[in-house]
Amino acid sequence: MRKIRTYNQVDPAAGRELLDQVLAQHKRLAERLASVGSVVAVMSGKGGVGKSALTANLAAALASAGFRVGALDADLNGPSLARMLGASRGRLVDRADGVEPARGAASVSVVSMELLQADEDAPLRWNASTGHGFVWQSAAETGALREFLSDVIWGELDFLLIDVPPGVDKVSRLLELLTPGRTLLVSTTSEMSRRIVARSARFAREAGLPNVSLVVNMSEHVCESCGHHSPLYASDGAEALARDTGLDVWARIPFEAALAESTDHGTPWVLASPNAPASVAIRSIAERLADERNAARAARAEAR
Amino acid sequence: MKFLCIPCDHVMDFAERQLPGDGTLAAVFACPSCGREIAMLTNPMETQLVSSLGVKIGGREVPEQPLELVRSGLADGREDVFAEPMAAADESASALAGADARVSWTPDALERLDKVPRFVRGMVKRIYTDYAKEHGVRSVTVEVMDRARSDLGLEGM
Repeated sequence: MRKIRTYNQVDPAAGRELLDQVLAQHKRLAERLASVGSVVAVMSGKGGVGKSALTANLAAALASAGFRVGALDADLNGPSLARMLGASRGRLVDRADGVEPARGAASVSVVSMELLQADEDAPLRWNASTGHGFVWQSAAETGALREFLSDVIWGELDFLLIDVPPGVDKVSRLLELLTPGRTLLVSTTSEMSRRIVARSARFAREAGLPNVSLVVNMSEHVCESCGHHSPLYASDGAEALARDTGLDVWARIPFEAALAESTDHGTPWVLASPNAPASVAIRSIAERLADERNAARAARAEAR
Repeated sequence: MKFLCIPCDHVMDFAERQLPGDGTLAAVFACPSCGREIAMLTNPMETQLVSSLGVKIGGREVPEQPLELVRSGLADGREDVFAEPMAAADESASALAGADARVSWTPDALERLDKVPRFVRGMVKRIYTDYAKEHGVRSVTVEVMDRARSDLGLEGM
């Protein structure tokens, strides 16, 4: 048999153009994120638990407290963040060094696939002269997410909140690009939610994600007339989730129909009704994030 | 990815890339020692996979543009999503071209630029303008656009 030199035996500099392009992409991403104080991922693994509404309200709460906030909708196939922040037809200013994000409620910078699609209700479709989407679609979506992170002029931000779509595979895509400084794992109190979010908690642990905490959304119903609190489910799956995973519960956000109504129409509930129980709970998360950010700043200043 | 000329035991150099427009790609590599050329032909699925990574076989002639993958890949891009800095009210080709005073555009070139979908027009205009600047051209004509397309390997621009 002829002896043909292997890939690693020939000149290492040869054939590097693809690798060099990938490395350049990573460099650009790192440079863009260098001006972001804290990246906060809002994820769950389960759909329908209110991740996007929490992200929009949390972004608005932080921004109205004086922080510079960006919100990235990583849900490319079911985007909603721009709409929830009142920027659904917002525009992106096209510059040579990137695009400026749209501005949403409380001046939150927002980027979402929804902004880029002509038809708001159309499914995400890519130009392709071939089928076999299973081969390349995941790469295209990871690439789109990378561009949202690296090609958007986020500027100096205190917080970049990322609304991560359901599915552990989607979290993996994000982790290929960055490691969030804080991850909020959202669950409801239902048993089904407990089961699915437990998988995500395990994934986060195995992936070595730092600073993961739980947020219990729709923890109970609060009557808007009399203020009576009543549970939504017979058992508290979130309590069991916290016990089994050992994760801190950062907040329990009560269900309020008006929160969804207001946020779906582009006005985050924390702005529309700042003293409502759900708004108070969301603001408590914002305060913890702010404390964390201030502590990190102080530690950095002391180290200098 | 490397191509080795077995008789010469030399790594072949990238020579040329062709996109015939049917979703396939031809990349030509040549041996620097004996001059033998080979063409790597990829089917539409393979071509799509590589382009989905945001990389170009053989390297890039122009720097990666902001949101290039999204702009070139999205099937139903929103026409009016991108605004020019300080000129959001008028995104006609004339307004876009007027944004860089160092390079002017002839009416014919503007007419052709106007045919580019607005979703990618800003990006395309920047590529031609940068090409003109790099080549010391003060006015972008249809001929300059043709030359840029050929030199930069731009398809459909």
